Amino acid sequence: MSATWAISKREIRTYFNSPVAYIVVTVFMLLAGYLFFNTLFIEKQAEMRGYFGLAPMLFTFIIPAITMRLIAEEKGSGTLELLITMPIKDWQVVVGKFIAALTLVAVLLGLTLFYAFTLNSIGAIDKGPTYGGYLGLLLMAAAYVAIGVMASAFTKNQIVAFIVAFGISFALYLFGRIAQLVPESLQPIVTFLSIDGHFEAIGRGVIDSRDVIYYLSMVTVALVLATLSLASRKWK
Amino acid sequence: MTDVMIQVENLTKDYGPTRAVDSVTFSVRKGEVLGFLGPNGAGKSTTMKMLTCFLAPTGGHARVAGFDVFDESLEVRKRIGYLPEDTPLYRDMTVSEFLTFTADVRGMTSERRESRIKDIGARCGLADVAGKLVGELSKGFRQRVGLAQAMVHDPDILILDEPTSGLDPNQIVEIRSLIKEVGKEKTVILSTHILPEVQATCSRILIISGGKLVADGTPDELRSREKGSRYRVVVESNGVGGDAVKAKLGGIAGVTRCESVTGEEGAHAFSIDAQVSDDLRKILFRAAVDNRWTLLELVRESANLEDVFRNLTTGEEPRS
Repeated sequence: MSATWAISKREIRTYFNSPVAYIVVTVFMLLAGYLFFNTLFIEKQAEMRGYFGLAPMLFTFIIPAITMRLIAEEKGSGTLELLITMPIKDWQVVVGKFIAALTLVAVLLGLTLFYAFTLNSIGAIDKGPTYGGYLGLLLMAAAYVAIGVMASAFTKNQIVAFIVAFGISFALYLFGRIAQLVPESLQPIVTFLSIDGHFEAIGRGVIDSRDVIYYLSMVTVALVLATLSLASRKWK
Repeated sequence: MTDVMIQVENLTKDYGPTRAVDSVTFSVRKGEVLGFLGPNGAGKSTTMKMLTCFLAPTGGHARVAGFDVFDESLEVRKRIGYLPEDTPLYRDMTVSEFLTFTADVRGMTSERRESRIKDIGARCGLADVAGKLVGELSKGFRQRVGLAQAMVHDPDILILDEPTSGLDPNQIVEIRSLIKEVGKEKTVILSTHILPEVQATCSRILIISGGKLVADGTPDELRSREKGSRYRVVVESNGVGGDAVKAKLGGIAGVTRCESVTGEEGAHAFSIDAQVSDDLRKILFRAAVDNRWTLLELVRESANLEDVFRNLTTGEEPRS
């Protein structure tokens, strides 16, 4: 078994052996459930716009709560020393933990499919935007998870890891809202960085490679920084 | 030279402006159990962290099993088992889950994994607790789990940072005998600040103080470095005052110091230091006979490692 997968497996088991996964799932399902059926009962429309519109914001604090312990906890308790003196590469630790947290988020998204099916049985929902929305959410979640892993690699304090991850995630989310407020010259940059700007197109069912590349590069940059942060102990 | 497992040359580590390890040079041969001795903060752990590739040296080189710890770190890490200080373990896993995880990260095949875990579990006395959570075990058992994870891949070299700290005397004896047994076939480096520990387990001792290596040798060699020897004499002087006896004893050639110590009722007890390593017992016995004292006790106390250690790590005279 590869070391990366061994680490992922351990982390996934830890999530489901501790209250973390269940609390996160419950909170997310309650909020998502409200968003789903809000539109249904109040506006009498079977559609998922409310959910897809607000899920990006839910992610800004749900995902840091999932990722905050990943590396920070090991730094604090000293098990990181045990782990990285085994014959594995630093990136394997980072990627293994990234996969574990992303798996939990994927399970979370998978559970909300239950709402989608319910909605669909009441009134047919648009297939394209729904598939696109889920794909987009998964890509966005991957970016948030990578940011969370990175923040967790920076510190041995889980609270600090949470706040840093939340701060970065929320800023990226906010960029989409404040694009009109910044000087015109900065607008393209802010719009480009905005994490849910890239989600909108996918959410409409239009999969543009630029949006996919945006999320994948966010993941790459964050994971590389996390790996460098682990390796920094060896800088002379 | 082929049996040199660890070769350390001028190894140096700076933490900012503080020099934690200062140009340490030593080598360890196959099958040696090396005791790394020093006061807290002397640089023992830092040296071990460099040997296990957790930290990079600021200067100097270290080769473990022929591989450089910085340039060929993966090869080094394949060949060592490491128990870090304070035995950090994943407390939310059971013992068998934890050992399986360790074996998986080390890339062992599942058959080898199963047989090794069985073997090492039996050797470390973990068979009865295999299904228990690591966090719920007593400290002694956790230490055994720590040793088991370090040996699961059957490494040639074991690096153990304070393997017995915080254990009760019975557990210490158990862990020591485990280490001693392992030391028959493997190269072991263990650090400690407990002196009897190295005397009990190690074939060679390194003493480190303030980041510098101050002694290197077998326990016997180090003990013999201590100059002179100490005698304890108790006599019944038949009415002669203790001071007179003390003056007589102090006047014997070779005695550097004679001091009254508390002894039994009606007797005088003295602690005598002698410069020369010649046996003073005969002379002391003669003196007692000549002066018609009744000799109740005459013991030559051998220098112990504690004196050597104190001497080397504080720079103060051990017997003044």
